Amino acid sequence: MSFLEVLYFIIPSAIFYAAPLIMTAIGGVFTERSGVVNIGLEGIMIVGAASSIMFNLTFADQFGDATPWIGLIVAMLFGIILSAILAVAAVSLRADQTVSGVALNMLGLAVAVFTVKMVYDKGQTDSITERFSRFDIPLLSDIPIIGRMFFVDVYATSILAIAVALIAWFIITKTPFGLRLRAVGEHPMAADTMGVNVTKMRYIAVLISGALGGIGGAIYAQAIAGNFGASTISGQGFMAIAAMIFGKWSPIGALGAALFFGFAQALSVVGSSIPYVQDVPDVFLHILPYVLTILALAGFIGKANAPKASGVPYIKGKR
Amino acid sequence: MNKRLINILVPLISIVLGLVIGAIVMAVSGFNPVDGYMALWNGIFMDTYTLGETVRQITPYVFSGLAVAFAFRTGLFNIGVEGQLIMGWLAAAYVGQAFELPAIIHVPLALIAAAVAGALWAFIPGLLKAKLQVHEVIVTIMLNYTALHVANAFIEMISGGGERTDKIHESASLRSEFFESITDYSRMHWGFVLALIAVMVMWFILEKTTRGYELKAVGFNKHASQYAGMNVSKNIILAMVISGAFAGLGGAMEALGTFENMTKLHASTGIGFDGIAVALLGANQPFGVLLGAILFGSLKYGGLNMPSEAGVPTEIVSIVIALIIFFVASGYVIRVALERFGKRKEVK
Repeated sequence: MSFLEVLYFIIPSAIFYAAPLIMTAIGGVFTERSGVVNIGLEGIMIVGAASSIMFNLTFADQFGDATPWIGLIVAMLFGIILSAILAVAAVSLRADQTVSGVALNMLGLAVAVFTVKMVYDKGQTDSITERFSRFDIPLLSDIPIIGRMFFVDVYATSILAIAVALIAWFIITKTPFGLRLRAVGEHPMAADTMGVNVTKMRYIAVLISGALGGIGGAIYAQAIAGNFGASTISGQGFMAIAAMIFGKWSPIGALGAALFFGFAQALSVVGSSIPYVQDVPDVFLHILPYVLTILALAGFIGKANAPKASGVPYIKGKR
Repeated sequence: MNKRLINILVPLISIVLGLVIGAIVMAVSGFNPVDGYMALWNGIFMDTYTLGETVRQITPYVFSGLAVAFAFRTGLFNIGVEGQLIMGWLAAAYVGQAFELPAIIHVPLALIAAAVAGALWAFIPGLLKAKLQVHEVIVTIMLNYTALHVANAFIEMISGGGERTDKIHESASLRSEFFESITDYSRMHWGFVLALIAVMVMWFILEKTTRGYELKAVGFNKHASQYAGMNVSKNIILAMVISGAFAGLGGAMEALGTFENMTKLHASTGIGFDGIAVALLGANQPFGVLLGAILFGSLKYGGLNMPSEAGVPTEIVSIVIALIIFFVASGYVIRVALERFGKRKEVK
C-alpha cells in the first residue's frame, strides 16, 4: 500500500471517528467556560446513544431516510433532560460538581440499560436499518488528491460536527453572550456585579452541553456502533473531556484535539492493515489520547489553564 | 436540632428518598415495586449462600470506599480508584499464578504486590499535583482508561494471547473451606477480615498518628500547613499513594478471593466509581465507609436477584445508588429544610 493510499484510507475514517468526540467536546467547552465541570458527559452520551437507537428501531418504517436525523433531535432532547439534573444539583443546590457528574454517569448508564431491557427484554438492541449514509461532495470531490482525501464518501454528521465547532467558536469569542459566558466562568462575582445572571448563564451552558453530548452519543450509535448495549459508549465521553482539555478549553482547539483522537482511534481499528502501524501494539494507540491529555495538563505541550471559577459553585454574597 | 443529628439524618433521608424514587420508577415502568424490593431483600438475605455472596460483594467496596474517603479527607478527589483497583487486581493475579510459595508467604506477597501496584498508579497524579499543580481529577480519570487498556494488554501477554490469566495457585487464595462449608459453597473469603482491618488502619492513621494529622492539615489548608513547617508536596503524594494502596488491595480481593484470575475488561468494573458513593454516604469516616459499603454492596448483589424473581432489570439498583449520591451531594437543601423544620418546632 502506498503512502497516499494509506492517507486515502485513514483520513476519512479519522474524521468519521472524530465526529461524536467533536460534538461532545464542544458541549464540554460550553459548560467549563461557564464554570461548571461536567464529568457527566459520558452518561449524557450513553442516554443519547440509547434514545436515538430506540427511536431509530421503532420509527424506521415511518420516516425512512430521515430517521437517523430525527434520532439526533430525540437524543438531543434526552441529553438536555439528563443535563438538567446536573444543572439543578450543581448550580442551584450547590452540590459538588464532580460528584454530581459521577452520579450522572451512573444514572445515565443505568437508565439507558434499564429501559432497553424493559422494552426489548435483552441487554442489547438489534442493529438499526437506517444508518447515516455517505455521499460525495459535488465539485470538491473532483479536486485531485485532496478531493479523494476529504470530500469522497463523507458523512453529513462529520460536516455537522465541524460546523458546530466553528459556530461555537463564533458564539464564544465574538458575541455578547459568549463574553458573558466566559466572564461567569472566570469571575462570577464580577459578572454578577455587572448585572449578568450567573445562575441563568450556567444553566444555559449546562443544557447546551447536554444537547451536544446527546447528539454526540447519537452520532456514535447511529454511524459507528449501529446498535446499543451497556458497553456501546465506553470512555467516549471521557475522551471528549480529554479533547476539550487538550484543546485548551477553546472550540477550535477541541476540534483539532478531537480530530487527532479520532485519528488515533481510526489507527487502532484499521491499523492492522497498514504497514508500520501494524507493528505497533494496539495498546499504545488505545491509551494515546489519555496519555497525551496528562502530558498536556502537566504543561509539556504548552501550559493549559482552566477557567478560573471552574468547579466552584457560586454563592451570592460570599467572598 | 444539633449538628451531629443532622449529619446522620442527611444520609438516612437520602437513602429513603432514593428508594422511594426507585419505587416510583418501577411503578411507572409497569413493575410492582413491592415485588421488586422483596426480590432485592431475598437477593441479600435469602439463605446462607446468598448471605455469603453478599459479604463477598461488600468486601471490595470497603476498600474502594476507604480509598476515596482517605483522599477526600486529605483534600484530594481520587476518581482514579477504578484504575488503581484494576492495576492491583492485575498484580495480585500475576503474583498468584506466577510463583509457587508456601501460603504464609504467598498470600502476603500477592497482597503487597496489589497494594504497591495501586499505590504506583496513584503516585502519578499525586506527583503531578504536588509538583506541577495539575488537578488530580482529570489525571485520574485519564489513568482509569489507561489502566484498562494496559491491563488488557498484560493479560494477553501473560496468558500468551488468551482472554484471561491462569487460575492462581491455591497457596495465594483467600478462599477457605471453613467459609465454604458454613455458607453452602459461596465464594465468601477471608477478604472481609482484611477489610475490617483496613478500616481500623485508616482510622488509626488519620486519628492517632502525627502523619495523619499532617495529611488532614494539608487537606484543610495548604498554606497554613506549609507555614507551620509541613512538607506540603510530600504529604499530597503520600495521601494519593495510601489511597491508591487501599484501591489496589480492593483489586486483590477480586484476584485472590472472588475470581482467582483476571479476565480482560471491556468496560470499567464500576467498583471504583461506586467507591465514591460509599465514601460520600459514609461521610468519609472509616466506620461510615464500612456502613456505606455494606449498604451498597448488599444492594448491588441483591439487585442481581431482581430480574429472575420480579422481572425488574437489575439496573434499578444503580439508579437508586445514583439518586442517593445526588441527594447526599445536594445535602445543602436537606440541611436547610431540616434546620427550618427544627426552628419551627422550637418556636412552638
